[in-house]
Amino acid sequence: MINKNLQSINVNPCKMCMPMGAALAFKGIENSMVLMHGSQGCSTYIRRHISTHFNEPIDIASSSLNEKGTVYGGEENLKKGLKNLLKLYQPGVIGVITTCLAETIGEDIVRMVAEFKREEEINDLAMIPVATPGYGGSQYEGYYLTLRRIVEELATAQSRQSSPKINIITGNLTPADIRKIKRILNLFDFNYTLLPDLSETCDAPFSADYKKIARGGTTIKDIEEMGTAVASIEFGFLVDDNLSPAWFLEKEFAVPLYRLPLPIGLKNVDSFINLLSRLAKKDIPAEIMAERGRMLDGMIDSHKYNAEGRAAIFGEPDLVYALTALCAENGIFPAVVATGTKILDLEKKISKLTDNFTEEPIIIHQADFAVIRKHVQQQGVNLLIGHSDGNFITEKDDIPLVRTGFPIHDRIGAQRELSVVYEGSMRLLDKITNTILQAKHNSYRQDLFERYYLPVKGGGKHVFG
Amino acid sequence: MIRSSSIKALEERKGFIITNEKTVEKDIKCNEDSLAGVVSQRACVYSGARVVLNPITDAYHLVHGPIGCASYTWDIRGSLSSGAEVYRNSFSTDLGEKDIIFGGECKLSLAIKELVERYQPELIFVYSTCVVGVIGDDLSAVCKSAEREYGIRVVPVQSTGFAGNKISGYRAACDALMDLIKENNNPAEEKEGINILGDYNLAAEMWILQGYFQQLGIKVVAKFTGDSSYQEIKKAAKAKLNIVQCAGSMGYLGKEMEKEFGIPFIKVSFFGIKDTIDSLRKIADFLGDRQLKDRVEKFVRKKSVKVKQELEFYRQRLKGSRAAIYVGGGFKAISLIKQFNDLGIETVMVGTQTGKKEEYREMKELSKEGTVILDDANPSELENFMKERGADILVGGVKDRALAYKMGIAFCDHNHERKHPLSGFEGVINFAKELDMTINSPVWQLLRSDLND
Repeated sequence: MINKNLQSINVNPCKMCMPMGAALAFKGIENSMVLMHGSQGCSTYIRRHISTHFNEPIDIASSSLNEKGTVYGGEENLKKGLKNLLKLYQPGVIGVITTCLAETIGEDIVRMVAEFKREEEINDLAMIPVATPGYGGSQYEGYYLTLRRIVEELATAQSRQSSPKINIITGNLTPADIRKIKRILNLFDFNYTLLPDLSETCDAPFSADYKKIARGGTTIKDIEEMGTAVASIEFGFLVDDNLSPAWFLEKEFAVPLYRLPLPIGLKNVDSFINLLSRLAKKDIPAEIMAERGRMLDGMIDSHKYNAEGRAAIFGEPDLVYALTALCAENGIFPAVVATGTKILDLEKKISKLTDNFTEEPIIIHQADFAVIRKHVQQQGVNLLIGHSDGNFITEKDDIPLVRTGFPIHDRIGAQRELSVVYEGSMRLLDKITNTILQAKHNSYRQDLFERYYLPVKGGGKHVFG
Repeated sequence: MIRSSSIKALEERKGFIITNEKTVEKDIKCNEDSLAGVVSQRACVYSGARVVLNPITDAYHLVHGPIGCASYTWDIRGSLSSGAEVYRNSFSTDLGEKDIIFGGECKLSLAIKELVERYQPELIFVYSTCVVGVIGDDLSAVCKSAEREYGIRVVPVQSTGFAGNKISGYRAACDALMDLIKENNNPAEEKEGINILGDYNLAAEMWILQGYFQQLGIKVVAKFTGDSSYQEIKKAAKAKLNIVQCAGSMGYLGKEMEKEFGIPFIKVSFFGIKDTIDSLRKIADFLGDRQLKDRVEKFVRKKSVKVKQELEFYRQRLKGSRAAIYVGGGFKAISLIKQFNDLGIETVMVGTQTGKKEEYREMKELSKEGTVILDDANPSELENFMKERGADILVGGVKDRALAYKMGIAFCDHNHERKHPLSGFEGVINFAKELDMTINSPVWQLLRSDLND
């Protein structure tokens, strides 16, 4: 496995920072707002990044630390910021997260938040401090750490529900993906809690009465009851136990943990559906079986085209893992598998997926796009799968990109992309196959002409294009 | 009598929001620190510096800091290049926990070394970020020693994120530019031509200006910083005149260059027919060449007749609409109000992130009684005032687009991501066309019944 980080310079990042992940996690909590303790730029850049992906207004407050706050401590700014945020938004939850600046000057946000609650006599508002220095990891760690902190703060062993629930820790999925997972859970008649749930908050229907904080998201009540669930399914296949909310629920409340890959790709979806069937003690509903059958049918239809695919897959670790599985089971060789995040056992897990190929994939963690591009060229990759920053390679080397993951900035509709369960996996696979087909159709006439045509003496030259 | 706006804003924000009452002489509060917790639209010092220097197309922009700062600014602006593409990369020292504890200077030196070995750069900008300011890395020392070692320019940009606001970042960038300009200053050399300051060649806007000057026989020495290069910037001290478009970002450089090299500057704007004509005349007047003045008159007559005809079509389709403006700098807000006036569109709200007092006075002058004027606004205020004043369209930054759409309001991307030019005579038509595409979209008809429920 290659670790790009042996170099001192990152050229075109394939990762974002921890506060980004924290902001995304809180976006899936009902009636929540985030205040970033740091300088004004962090919240503004992160807002822009999230907003242009989902095409939704994303409001993130900042304590707007300046020089004075940095030298003498930012407590005053933080408390003032919280007060203003309460007045403007009346949230039910506030995520108080730090940035590079706050962590470096040693701000104790846990104490400050506790003090603030006491001073302002706040009882009915959940305030969750999370330490997310931008240099502490990527958005992936920030995301899971935040979910972990939310659960640590709120989950209890008390339930007001009569029928037991299951917890699903969703990865960084699209709103359409999350809606799909809900439909599947409903087909099994599950009572469930999804954490986080961006299905409405980041894909809000148009409504005449615009709300500053979008409706939807996981409720506090549901999070409080997570300690009483019969099981937790966590789609964080590569998450460290220390960052895992479901691992905490198992240790603290003995809620059995099932860690699964994202339900993308036939085998990964099978694991999810079979587990649900087992937990529900029910047969798999006919509707789901039909979906599975259609996926198999589609996989057969496209297998020969897929065999010509040599893919480079990049992005967040769990998505990269699942996409590699989808490619591998469909005969697309995952020639380059890369994530910007530090994942030490990435190679072990990825190489299990690619046993059926005669070649070994290049597996890179802590990757940047300069390194990814180098291997894309060396490996003869003809297909890129990942977020829109991969367009950097498309533009230079003319290799098509199938956009999936976060962020997608140069296309519309990221929030509506469906890639989970059988239906979504098949849609994504179709997109991949069609991209291979398009490239083939665009070039095969000329390719074959150049390879096999012998010019006839005195004959005219064939002109293409 | 126009009633004062029923200001739905926090007490501490009230001085930053005024309603245009022509008889009341009251200045807006501006150019102050953002209020914590209210979701200001502003960014940081680093962002200001990065946007100004980024269009220097052959420079290596190395962000010394944790990855986020480089990640969120990687190739996000629509600044075009006729030559090098280096500026479209994002280089970062990607500082980690250890670097924060033990200091980042060593990693910075290694990063510069790697840049030199891998790419043979001639010019590197090294940007400071929040943490670097706190841990106290000596950027200047590292850059200086790298310059000595590799014989290239390694220019520190003192853009520690929290140390001021975007305007401080503009200054840091201008200081870095001055550093380069001074390098080749030769006072004995005869002065000729102009420098263009404050145009970033978003969607070819600089090229449009350059085209005009070429047709008019005005030599352009250096461009700051749209489609610019190291070699070009080094020549800037020999220009006769600096024309400054975006005064917010480049006014400071104009003043510094006047002090240092005795090059006078004039403020110009190429947004809207009238501003474009006025600016070309101002330049000709300054250069004082009779023939040039004639050429300008002929040029603007030919151009404006055609544009005015085309514009009439759009004016008919747009007049009577109500516009809200929330942009970065005062210069752009002012030119937008003028363009809206030309099109028969009323500006009902106007605000900026970094406008100055005199710019706000001009906005008041240009807009009607009752227009809400606001500094460093936030989404809650934008929402309130757009609703209250019945705006049909918002012109703003990328972050505001989703808000406008969610409110069922049209949107004009007069921001750094735009992919069609909005300046010069060509831009006038593009602007009107974009307004027409959004304001007169059939989508709003479908929403109307929902919105009126």
